[in-house]
Amino acid sequence: MDGIIDILILMFTAIFIENFIFAKFYGCCPFLGVSEKPGTALGMGMAVTFVMTVASAVTWTVYEFLLAPFGLDYLKTIAFILVIAGLVQFIEMFLRRFVPSLYSSLGIFLPLITTNCAVLGAALVNIQNGYNFIQSVAFGFSAALGFTMAIVVFAGVRVRLQFANPPKAFKGMPIALVTAGLIAMAFMGFSGMSIG
Amino acid sequence: MEILIPALIFAGLGAAIGILLAVASKAFAVPANEKAEQIAELLPGANCGGCGYSGCAALAEAIAEGKAKPNACAVGGDAEAAEIAKIMGVAAEKPVRLHAQVMCSGCEGVAKYKFEYEGVADCKAAMQLGGGSKTCPNGCLGLGSCVAKCQFNAISIVDGIAVVDREKCKACGMCVATCPKNIIKLIPFDSKYYVGCVSTEKGAVKRAYCDASCIGCKMCEKACPTGAIAVENFVAKIDYEKCINCGACVSKCPRKIIRI
Repeated sequence: MDGIIDILILMFTAIFIENFIFAKFYGCCPFLGVSEKPGTALGMGMAVTFVMTVASAVTWTVYEFLLAPFGLDYLKTIAFILVIAGLVQFIEMFLRRFVPSLYSSLGIFLPLITTNCAVLGAALVNIQNGYNFIQSVAFGFSAALGFTMAIVVFAGVRVRLQFANPPKAFKGMPIALVTAGLIAMAFMGFSGMSIG
Repeated sequence: MEILIPALIFAGLGAAIGILLAVASKAFAVPANEKAEQIAELLPGANCGGCGYSGCAALAEAIAEGKAKPNACAVGGDAEAAEIAKIMGVAAEKPVRLHAQVMCSGCEGVAKYKFEYEGVADCKAAMQLGGGSKTCPNGCLGLGSCVAKCQFNAISIVDGIAVVDREKCKACGMCVATCPKNIIKLIPFDSKYYVGCVSTEKGAVKRAYCDASCIGCKMCEKACPTGAIAVENFVAKIDYEKCINCGACVSKCPRKIIRI
């Protein structure tokens, strides 16, 4: 029972308190690049969730059984980039062949997150915090959920921004960045929470 | 020796992933649709979305599967449709060339205004404020939402209303879908005339809205030798199947809104 509660605390922390975008600033590139429409933002979020969950499981296994026994801790970043890039390619081919419907909705986003820092970040945080396999997968999944929430919320705001009338110098990306900063500050409210 | 183990492990890891991907690309290969690829090469590649598909590649696939007609791409024109029909092995249907037309003649000084609009230059935004600044509910707002949508630079704002350059227009239909007033229509390229008013209010009401409004007097209807123009719901409408471009209606129209 304790184990389940621990996992839930871990997930809540990953989604809100240590939100990948607003607290850790991982994955800002897709966050700004693919957040012009809520629909595409959701697609991107789903793709990240899918890849991050699978990547957490695979990188944990690679680290535990291949890198750690040989004391190759210092090479984990390179190893993870290699594994994640290969994995994303593999998933893309697999989906295209066997789940075309999923491929057509996630397909265009998958190559974009091949070497995304959020995915790599999740893999590295798993090792840094010494999570076990289940914790790693739970962390990867919920961190990606946090990412999805952030990007969808931000896309909703950006739709409204199109009709706003900011000073000329702020039009477009600058006002989007300012808005992102404001949302990040709002999310700092969660950092006051301590649970577990 | 110390460098050897990491090097070997990484070489092994890289090779394993490489082999896995190589095997996967063979095992999971999707049989490519040759026809779709050939068609995709013929299509303009502008991805304008005028055909209703998400892009040229999607249309190519739909044509190859027989879900769309070879002439579904309005932008490519006759020659392209013929080429695609050849690939598909069917006779080419000659597509009717269309062009977009803004069905409003209420330019500045002609149409009446309810108020002065100083908001965002976007017709949809202006629509939120009591339907826009023009008194006529069907009047072109002239803020250029269609101009922004047009990928072929065919629309410009002249004297406060949108005007389509019919030579440049590819009839992709993006402006038609964008216009919040629904006053842009696709009409045959070969037809010379159009009625520059779509309001279905009564004549007296429209007379108050705008100096260039159809008052439903039926002068054009009587003048037309082929019965192509008729007043319906207090507004004249041309049936382009019957119109012979004689121009009899133009000279009779007291409001001068049957235009070229």
